[in-house]
Amino acid sequence: MNALARPLASVGHATIDALGGIGYAAMLLFEAAYFAVAGWRVGQPVRLAAVVRQMREIGADALPIVALLGFTVGLMLGIQFIASLSEFGAQSQVVIAVAKSVTREFGALITAILVAGRSGSALAARIGSMSVSQEVDALAVIGIDPVRYLVAPALIAMLVMLPALTIFANAVAIFGAALYSAPALNVTPTAYLLQTLSLLSPGDVWQGLAKSVVFALLITLIGVSTGFSVTGGAEGVGRATTRSVVLSICWIIVVDMIFSFFLNR
Amino acid sequence: MNIAAPLIEVENLEAWYGRRRVLHGIDFSVQPGEIRVIMGGSGSGKSTLFRHLLGLQRPVSGSVKLFGIDLANASERELLGVRKRIGVSFQGGALLTSLTVGENVALPLREHTTLDESTIRIMSRLKLEVVNLGGFQDLMPSQLSGGMVKRAALARAIVMDPRLLFFDEPSAGLDPVVSAELDELILRLRDALRMTIVVVTHELESAFKIADTITVLDQGEILMTGSVAAVRASDNQRIQDLLNRRPREVLVDADAYLKRLTEEEA
Repeated sequence: MNALARPLASVGHATIDALGGIGYAAMLLFEAAYFAVAGWRVGQPVRLAAVVRQMREIGADALPIVALLGFTVGLMLGIQFIASLSEFGAQSQVVIAVAKSVTREFGALITAILVAGRSGSALAARIGSMSVSQEVDALAVIGIDPVRYLVAPALIAMLVMLPALTIFANAVAIFGAALYSAPALNVTPTAYLLQTLSLLSPGDVWQGLAKSVVFALLITLIGVSTGFSVTGGAEGVGRATTRSVVLSICWIIVVDMIFSFFLNR
Repeated sequence: MNIAAPLIEVENLEAWYGRRRVLHGIDFSVQPGEIRVIMGGSGSGKSTLFRHLLGLQRPVSGSVKLFGIDLANASERELLGVRKRIGVSFQGGALLTSLTVGENVALPLREHTTLDESTIRIMSRLKLEVVNLGGFQDLMPSQLSGGMVKRAALARAIVMDPRLLFFDEPSAGLDPVVSAELDELILRLRDALRMTIVVVTHELESAFKIADTITVLDQGEILMTGSVAAVRASDNQRIQDLLNRRPREVLVDADAYLKRLTEEEA
């Protein structure tokens, strides 16, 4: 009996923990949204300066690395599509293949994974170490709601900056693909880019942006909720940081697939 | 004696961690103007009681009232009102590491008042002077020593001129001179600013020096509340053990002992 009950119990515990985690994240989202909209009325205003600082850390500071990765992914797609499509003598289709795959998938996905590693983990580590050193408690007893002070600015900044970074990554990736593919197609890079613009529909770009908004929610909520639930000192902070990155990337990829399925039916 | 309403009223407070009961029906009250020391050994439940007094933990049963307001049932606005009237200095200081010492002290003023920047600067530097940290406002908390962090945290706690000040382990981890200075500072704050002060500590010497009344907590129960002299004169065995640094005589209940060893989910 025990041999059967033990694994069942652990499955049950894991399920309850997972549901609890989702519930906790949802509560944080609700509270952060409440403070962003109506915080100033209850003496808990979300400061613009804090939002701007987060936007710089999440967005502006990530530009070089997003540019590098976007460019590399674009180049890689260019190489792969030229190679595989030339087997059918369909090299000219590279332009549309790259344009659609970058704007619909890769721009948003690469940016989100990068930001999860950079900023999601930073949120978890920062809030985690603040919980451990009682700074979160100190905020609460000063009368500063920790969710208003720590979560709301990050959430707003992420919701603005992740789509912005995604647009930037789209542009850089297509540019990277153009640099490789244009000579192979015997056109100038400018002509390649103009053709890309004429082939893209707004729907393609919107699809990527809609995803990036959802990714922004996921990264922030996973980062802050793992940060707040840190126990056990420095080791706990390390574990939370790892957990937030792994969880974020898993969720991003799964949600991306679900979105792709429903948006392309 | 004192007919004013108590600033802190705790009634029948219970707290549990999992299956372990940490506080057993605590009753407790603090009058305006007194310095109350909550004393007890490690694991006596004093930290848990402290967290309940600050409203950081919701009581499982019983109530905690500050200024007559029940923390568990207070509205957001009432709770904020209470928090503006209390100051808290945590054990490790809990200064925000991303802000300078000056910004840490100014934080409550920035968040809760509409004072202009120069007034805030003057007020926060004034409080830093009170704790003998004048001129340190531009350093980061990581650049301060342990004693300085505690004093900076005290400056932040009193920057709003609270009526009620909480102080967790003022002398833990400090050398005797610095901790004696902190004790002096606490006494001065009460006399100069008319604060009611609650100190949680396990340091006997400091407790006897600053306390008006002492509450002795042991294994989640209040053994006694009384003046320094009364506590010293108490004939309670466990209080005397605590005062004379005698190791506890642990009585082993054979059944419970065996159960703890063998049970799977102890």
